[in-house]
Amino acid sequence: MSNQDATFNHDQPSIDTNRKQLVIIGNGMVGHYCIEQLIERGATAQWQIHVFGDERHRAYDRVHLSEYFSGKDADALALGEPDLHRTHGVALHLGVAVTAIDRDSKEVVTAEGRLAYDSLVIATGSYPFVPPIPGPDTATHPQARLVYRTLDDLDAIRQQAAGARRGVVIGGGLLGLEAANALQSLGLEAHVVEFAPRLMPVQLDEQGGAALRERIEALGVGVHTGCATEEIVATPNDAYAYRMNVKGGEPLDTDLIVFSAGIRPQDKPGRDCGLETGERGGIVIDDSCRTSDPEIFAIGECALWQNRIFGLVAPGYTMARTVAGCLTGEEAHFNGADMSTKLKLLGVDVGSIGDAHGATEGAKSYRYIDEAGSGYRRLVVSADGKKVLGAVLVGDNSYYDTLLQYAQNGIALPDDPASLILPQNEGGAPALGADALPDSATICSCHNVTKGAVCSAVDAGCADLAALTIDTKASTGCGGCSALLKQVFEHELEARGVAVDRSLCEHFAYTRQELYAMVRVEGIQSFGELLEKHGQGLGCDICKPTIGSILATCWNQPIMDAQNVALQDTNDTFMANMQKNGTYSVMPRVAGGEITPDKLVALGEVAKKYDLYTKITGGQRIDLFGAELHELPDIWEALINAGFETGHAYGKSVRTVKSCVGNSWCRYGVQDSVAMALELEHRYKGLRTPHKIKMGVSGCTRECAEAQSKDIGVIATEAGWNLYVCGNGGMRPRHAELFATDIDSDRLVRYIDRFLMFYVRTADKLQRTSVWRESLEGGLDFLKAVIIDDSLGLGEELERQMQHVVDTYECEWANALGDPEKLKRFRTFVNDKCGDPDIVNVSERGQPRPARADEIQSLAVEIR
Amino acid sequence: MNRTAATPHKVLCRRSDLVDDSGVVALHDGHQIAIFYLPRGIDRRGEPAVFGIDHHDPFSNANVIGRGIIGDKGGEPVVASPIYKQHFRLRDGICLEDDSVRLKVWLLRLEGDQVVLER
Repeated sequence: MSNQDATFNHDQPSIDTNRKQLVIIGNGMVGHYCIEQLIERGATAQWQIHVFGDERHRAYDRVHLSEYFSGKDADALALGEPDLHRTHGVALHLGVAVTAIDRDSKEVVTAEGRLAYDSLVIATGSYPFVPPIPGPDTATHPQARLVYRTLDDLDAIRQQAAGARRGVVIGGGLLGLEAANALQSLGLEAHVVEFAPRLMPVQLDEQGGAALRERIEALGVGVHTGCATEEIVATPNDAYAYRMNVKGGEPLDTDLIVFSAGIRPQDKPGRDCGLETGERGGIVIDDSCRTSDPEIFAIGECALWQNRIFGLVAPGYTMARTVAGCLTGEEAHFNGADMSTKLKLLGVDVGSIGDAHGATEGAKSYRYIDEAGSGYRRLVVSADGKKVLGAVLVGDNSYYDTLLQYAQNGIALPDDPASLILPQNEGGAPALGADALPDSATICSCHNVTKGAVCSAVDAGCADLAALTIDTKASTGCGGCSALLKQVFEHELEARGVAVDRSLCEHFAYTRQELYAMVRVEGIQSFGELLEKHGQGLGCDICKPTIGSILATCWNQPIMDAQNVALQDTNDTFMANMQKNGTYSVMPRVAGGEITPDKLVALGEVAKKYDLYTKITGGQRIDLFGAELHELPDIWEALINAGFETGHAYGKSVRTVKSCVGNSWCRYGVQDSVAMALELEHRYKGLRTPHKIKMGVSGCTRECAEAQSKDIGVIATEAGWNLYVCGNGGMRPRHAELFATDIDSDRLVRYIDRFLMFYVRTADKLQRTSVWRESLEGGLDFLKAVIIDDSLGLGEELERQMQHVVDTYECEWANALGDPEKLKRFRTFVNDKCGDPDIVNVSERGQPRPARADEIQSLAVEIR
Repeated sequence: MNRTAATPHKVLCRRSDLVDDSGVVALHDGHQIAIFYLPRGIDRRGEPAVFGIDHHDPFSNANVIGRGIIGDKGGEPVVASPIYKQHFRLRDGICLEDDSVRLKVWLLRLEGDQVVLER
């Protein structure tokens, strides 16, 4: 042995003559993954492995590089366990570049010496292509030719961004947009210049590029497509440091320029030692990832397979698995890779599957274009209309998983293929049932876990999801498959007769519906009684409020009664809504949004006296914010004296009935919508429900009360009322469905009585009517049969139960104010009359708001 | 009981200030202490138990813990923060969702009608 012992021995495992030497050049994502795969296959028993990385960092996640500027440091981006190499005796040489490969002596050459190899893996990746644009010298103007690939590149960008206001990225592909994101994170105004006529030209078609452009522009990023930068001119005396002269567009002034105009394979180590390379770069490999020298492999972005470079990490991983297999005596082949990809760029969903451009002969496309929302989806199908060939998604990737399964597994299209990309009224994007997937279907593409592998794990006794992810590694990569994995897992469990646990929580092995029935049938009056008969332990923050709500619906006892008080969350306990600083907001009922001037004045006086922030809500009420616990009784006394009652804004209960002004004033109105809203609100106020209930009444078809976005919507017709049910605004909007037409007021109330009580009886905890409706087997027709046709014979019982709630209504605040024991609860401290000294407000737009942490600090400094 | 001057005890409040299976808050030397009362013990069968724990919620930075719902996780009594719903063990203050976070606990004792702070 020559000098390599001396060079490589310190701190590293000694060279073991019984084992063969494997050298890996490159410690990027793919090189690192190759080591993990070798270790997993037990390769260290036969191979002494050496890894050379020319960067000083451990292997890191380049895919999420832009997070380096949004809080993640190099350690957070690092891949694998820090001790991985030491534990498995792999020699890691960081910051050491391999300068040459000597194939004759089978040695690699570095600044530190030479090292013999028996097999060699080249995983050097790629480097950013910087087009030769005339401009100032890079040595003196580094900020005009930055690149975006390594952590060191990002450090350079960060350094140059100090004091800069605007940055331009040349290149509107995937990495270019990531770079623009990085510039924005650094507080710069970001622009993207793309030569092609659209963004992400490889993955997206014209409309997809346009939709992405609109969304990205809306985020404040300037987009300049069809533009070729011809010259960069230093403009030291102007507002910005450089001017870019652009062919096809206006000149662009900027302080720094990042090039992201594509990558080139880093094939120099292979080229220099005479390995076969492609015309436009890349080390040629065969299906085993061997180069023209059978002892040398190449993987990742430096490798050229069938004249293709794969610029994504997943194909690189597949190559790494192939090499790890070959080196451990497995039959392993690389057969190309799917370039489908699902990304979030600047927060915008972008997906591209298979033949996204419809290049296959005879391919036909379905397109969904949402110009208003800048959304776009395209489905490319085969000439015979039977298979999915590809897809493009911009704005909503919830369609991606199902489309990918169709494309990858050749699943026959449904009768109406367009349904796969059309907006769905119910249940979000279409999903392929777990049983429709073949065993070969890939569930997790990061770790190549098929449905078959999930089934085997279940057969081997894996009974919970956490164990499954440990067993199979599925969903531990990007995590995008977790919903699908859960679905397949539960389906397989059920198929094997294993019951899926739907217990409310660890204290009750029943669903909410079952508990509701027990309370009703057995006449159970308290949580303690139910716990004793059917539960265990102390209860928790899941079962207590759920059962508190059931008890309230069934027996309508005041929630402040001693046996109920510990069940309520803080909002119900104190009959107000807790805000972020621990204070509460107060919202009295303003039924139908109708309020007298005297009451308005009274509200204003209370708000003034207690220095409360005042805001009009979407439910046509007035919310008063910032009351401390001990102030609530005084505030409510004043409000009740002024004729108000509690508004139940704190409860999972009927909230408001929003109304338009109706035919008393409006020249279009056909019924008195305000009177109807008042009737409904006063009838159902205080009803505790599995989740909050909102209603609306419009006086004509113009629908000014937006009733169709409510749980219960009523719209006036010439002949009476139309009833809509199960709508929702908020996070997941859903149009209410027409339930009954031209009914009179009595019938309307009867239907609503039955509907609400049936919902209360059958819904899950915290399930809005919209979600409940989607989960109802039999759908709207079933619901109509139960409510209108009384198919279950429940109608009378439901009405009777509702009438009990209506008859026993009592304002909870009036009840509490009449009981000194209950009022004791409203003390900030039981042993002191003061308020919470940590509550600090500042004034904004003439009203108080909680001080932010930095404001509190500066206030503290002033006081000192 | 033989009490010496070296162990000063402080009466925080009376038993009648407490709320069954729920919390109240007392002020002690500038500290806000949430006091939880389990009248039938931690298994619903034993002696009354009383727990003292920081009222300050480190996740929301608001003083709200005393207004959370109490219950148990696997038999261990906990309180759920009313703001972001993390659970804290009443015995040692450790947060179940993030065991690097721990609320200060205060040892309390019922002495007749009084709730006494031991340390």
